[in-house]
Amino acid sequence: MSARLTLTVNGRAYAIEADPVARLSHVLREDLGLRGTKSGCDAGDCGACTVLADGVPVCACLMPAAQAGGRAIQTVEGLSSNGTANRLQRAFLRHGAAQCGICTPGMLMAATALLDETPRPTRQAAEDAIGGVLCRCTGYTKIIDAICDAWRDADDGTETPAAGQSVGARLPRLDGLPKVLGTEIFGADSWPTDALLVRAVRSPHHSAGFRFGDIEAWRSGQPGIVAVFTADDIPGQNRFGVIPPFADQPALAAGHVRFRGEAVAIVAGEPAAMRALDLTTFPVDWQADDPLLDTPSARQPTAAAIHAGRDGNLLITGKVQTGDADAALAASAHVATLTAETGHVEHAYIEPEAGFARMNGDVLEIQACTQAPVMDQEDTALVLGLPKEKVRVLPVAAGGGFGSKLDVSLQPLIGLVALKTGRPARMVYTRPESMMSTTKRHPGRMTATIGADADGRITGMVFDGDFDTGAYASWGPTVATRVPVHASGPYRTPHYRAEARAVHTNGPIAGAFRGFGVPQAAILQESLYDLLAGKAGMDRLAFRRLNALTDGERSVCGQEMNGAGIAECLEALQADWDRAVAETEAFNRVHTGPKRGIGVASCWYGCGNTALPNPSTMRAGITTDGRLVLHQGATDIGQGANTVISQIFADALGVPLSLVDRIGSDTALTPDCGKTSASRQTVVSGKAALLAGQALREAVLRLGNMGPGATITLDGAQLLLRDGPALRQIDLSALPPDDRGYVLSAEETYDPPTEALDGNGQGKPYAVYGYGAQLAEVEVDLALGKVRVLRITAAHDLGRVINPQLAEGQIEGGIAQGLGMALMEEYLPGRTENLHDYLIPTSGDMPEIRSILIEKPDPEGPMGAKGLGEHVLIPTAPAILNAIADATGVRLTKVPALPHRVRAALREKEAGPS
Amino acid sequence: MTYLRPSTVEEALSGLAAHDARIAAGCTDLFPQTQGQFLPWPVVDITGIGELRAITRTGDGWRFGATATWRDIIRADLPPAFDGLKLAAREVGSAQIQGAGTIAGNLCNASPAADGVPPLLTLDAAVEIAAAGGRRVVPLSAFITGPRRTALRAGEFVTAVLIPESAGRGASTFLKLGARKHLVISIAMVAARLELEGGRISSAALAVGSCSPVAQRLPDLEAALAGETPADAPGLVSADLVRGQLAPINDIRADSTYRMDAACELLRRALRRLAEGDRP
Repeated sequence: MSARLTLTVNGRAYAIEADPVARLSHVLREDLGLRGTKSGCDAGDCGACTVLADGVPVCACLMPAAQAGGRAIQTVEGLSSNGTANRLQRAFLRHGAAQCGICTPGMLMAATALLDETPRPTRQAAEDAIGGVLCRCTGYTKIIDAICDAWRDADDGTETPAAGQSVGARLPRLDGLPKVLGTEIFGADSWPTDALLVRAVRSPHHSAGFRFGDIEAWRSGQPGIVAVFTADDIPGQNRFGVIPPFADQPALAAGHVRFRGEAVAIVAGEPAAMRALDLTTFPVDWQADDPLLDTPSARQPTAAAIHAGRDGNLLITGKVQTGDADAALAASAHVATLTAETGHVEHAYIEPEAGFARMNGDVLEIQACTQAPVMDQEDTALVLGLPKEKVRVLPVAAGGGFGSKLDVSLQPLIGLVALKTGRPARMVYTRPESMMSTTKRHPGRMTATIGADADGRITGMVFDGDFDTGAYASWGPTVATRVPVHASGPYRTPHYRAEARAVHTNGPIAGAFRGFGVPQAAILQESLYDLLAGKAGMDRLAFRRLNALTDGERSVCGQEMNGAGIAECLEALQADWDRAVAETEAFNRVHTGPKRGIGVASCWYGCGNTALPNPSTMRAGITTDGRLVLHQGATDIGQGANTVISQIFADALGVPLSLVDRIGSDTALTPDCGKTSASRQTVVSGKAALLAGQALREAVLRLGNMGPGATITLDGAQLLLRDGPALRQIDLSALPPDDRGYVLSAEETYDPPTEALDGNGQGKPYAVYGYGAQLAEVEVDLALGKVRVLRITAAHDLGRVINPQLAEGQIEGGIAQGLGMALMEEYLPGRTENLHDYLIPTSGDMPEIRSILIEKPDPEGPMGAKGLGEHVLIPTAPAILNAIADATGVRLTKVPALPHRVRAALREKEAGPS
Repeated sequence: MTYLRPSTVEEALSGLAAHDARIAAGCTDLFPQTQGQFLPWPVVDITGIGELRAITRTGDGWRFGATATWRDIIRADLPPAFDGLKLAAREVGSAQIQGAGTIAGNLCNASPAADGVPPLLTLDAAVEIAAAGGRRVVPLSAFITGPRRTALRAGEFVTAVLIPESAGRGASTFLKLGARKHLVISIAMVAARLELEGGRISSAALAVGSCSPVAQRLPDLEAALAGETPADAPGLVSADLVRGQLAPINDIRADSTYRMDAACELLRRALRRLAEGDRP
């Protein structure tokens, strides 16, 4: 149905033919081409599509187009003029309020409604105004900072540090402007006009056999449906996986599904027909089996095998052992044991998976959101039976990733349609589809015992955990390997035995999620440290400081530590700890209903793959017309790789950052920088950028026959080199360019030096580690079991701070995710496949956050730098749980600590020992 | 698919009669029922009927037009007896939902967790329904008959929510408990309105939501509070006095034991807040 509608958007009248009951967001994006308005959930749960209707913020996804007629609609495109950011947008840039940028348009519009009425709002008013817009990256702090500062007629914070001064500068992100203008291209924002729309038929069952009916009859009865594809149509190997030896996941299931949401067929057709299509009529019969939905049932000897050849549904066991842990525990003055349980956690990025594929000659091009372009290229080529070079992956801006966009999702599906039909194929996941079919954090069921001597020194530890890896392998092996390496925490643990198993179930596929299992293990270890400190009669922070790993000591893998900054992080918390102890005691003396408590927890985290190669290659060149180009292939998913890597490169070359022209990630144009995971991009790709910058500098100086101290300036096609009185001018246009058009170029590869782990997990799993410790202050409403986190002080050792604003953004965002994991996030397949039943923190749930950036240089990292992205989440949940225990005397060992769980634990305590 | 946007109640009724249509207003509950980009049902959109948007003082009380939004209610000039309703309005979803969602939509959607229902119960609200034969008025307590069920018959729709003069007295409040601050479906919520005479409670209206298939008034507790001082009221709340009306369930948000405890605790807090004279 369509009708003539006149919409007034940003002051311009549009007369269009549109369905009057189409979502306004759809009409804005698809009919008017105003794609700054984002769709995150189509249910009013995320607010990404916020627009103003006669000045009132509304969700464009919930407004029928007809209702927008006669109202003045304002979208993000109306904020700027001719590409010039307005005050609020400049404030967002200046404060680092946009990370991935997918929620930014919604945030800007919600804030605009507030600022139109209240130009200088309080923080509380700003927090309330954005309460209906979810952000998964920032932790909201910098967004609120920006809103409160938008009244100032200030610039966007861009300064041009002099040559050699970029590293360490508080620079706004280099790719920030399109994010605040709403012009950034995300997965759903660009498509060829003749693209087919693709939808998937997915299993409603956790485990089922299935049989198709007459698909061709069904298809031919549906006008506009061009093609249907099933497993039979897959030309290559219908089995992919991020770790090739474990590859086990079909692009389209064949005969049997192993989890709810698994795709069995895809339907492609003309967009209008596809949108109107009722997929529940698709001819498929399901024979549901009894699913195995948790690790205890999957490990039963009688349990059905989810994958042939994986006995006991065991995917893999990871193990680290040193010394004699049992003997050490037996001889310990103090011993504590706990069991802890964590649930599925959903990444809940605001951008559901989206992208398109098309044939360009005989090359299949895929433009989609991703964290790992080259892995997408390899897996897609494998599934489609193409040579790798016949697949080109062009990553768009990722609207959040956090680990889940490492695995392919729609890439092989849209690739199959483009390959088979010859037409471009576009797919946009719905929110439930995204939540159902993509990976989650591994639920953990863990038991550990830790011992200490009479002085409070750790003697030994035994850890044992089952991690629910779900239906397919994904990153299960990584979790099983990483957990035993890290479960000691950054503490001296002379005797140690840790085992982690990745166990298959028919639950959601568990994969990579910020921390790869380490956040789960840290909950257990840091809880035990509190118990041991209590037994030893020691202050909890002092206990940790006593046991902190220091340089020259060996980790549980036998690796000699260098640049270990945990002691410095814990020391940095001491003053706030002392203040918080006093304030909490004072509060609790006069209050009975609410009780306050404080908790501390640490993290360490190895950057990059565990004892496996993971090189990055960076290329740079100077063209005949004096353009300095950096081929930066590390995917920026909001964390800031584009900015940080450019800063390192500029300083290594010795030029101002403003001279660096960046070519973004594209498998045809940028060398492989590996995946954006494992907190590796600053360390590994950053080091490659450092080496490439240094190599290019050498080439330049060699050309000019200048000494190492010379300065480099580019003025059009003139390269100017100065060293004291010596001056050399080189006309670049007179030099012969290479195949890529460069007269000077460099390409450098860096692979962090690690050593394989032996059967006891002994070796050198990582070249660089990062460290951190967080202090949480909470208030618990005893009668209702509600926990409010008041403040988190976060000390993180970055080795070298490349960009303090981006580092703070990582810390604040990681804390938000850690807080969610501790207090509210629990994904239940079939029950919480949306963003109103699955809760992530809103602006009103965040504590005050104070970041302390520590610089203890790493001998291996670029300019001493260490990774940060995952570290920041690890201490948050255990610090909060320790603070709850401090406030209430009740230790929660199952997260999330929902109000009813806290209250049940309190009731049990009030009832006394049974 | 039919889409009608009439400008009068009569046109809306004839549209409803001619098509098997759903009434649409703010659409904040309709659109989430589909994953598609269009409302997949025939729709009669009543937001074009100007008279249904107003909030007015009538000769015998207050009239909230069916399409008055929660934002309209927050910004309306209303006496303290409506404070609880305003507080609830601020808790509906988010500012974006409050700007589109309507008072009648909240009732017709008939969620056990509808934020508007407990305060409206304490305001003795009634629902005005237009039908081909004329308009009828049904008490709110009889309008919502179960989860997602109302007393609306085919061809009818809600035109207004009516508050009687007698309910405009006293002061009221509202408390919502959820696992996060914004955009949250409640675990439990309470509304309370107290009228005082000579420093004692002459009339108490209390309601609890999310703890029974339909939000409930608490007649036993209300009776127990009559004649007591506001300061004593919180101490008189007991599970025995509310158990008869509530039937909390176990779900992903909480268990039934917790909900019963929380309802009592929230009632105590609401009464304490009223006793202390805190106004939002």
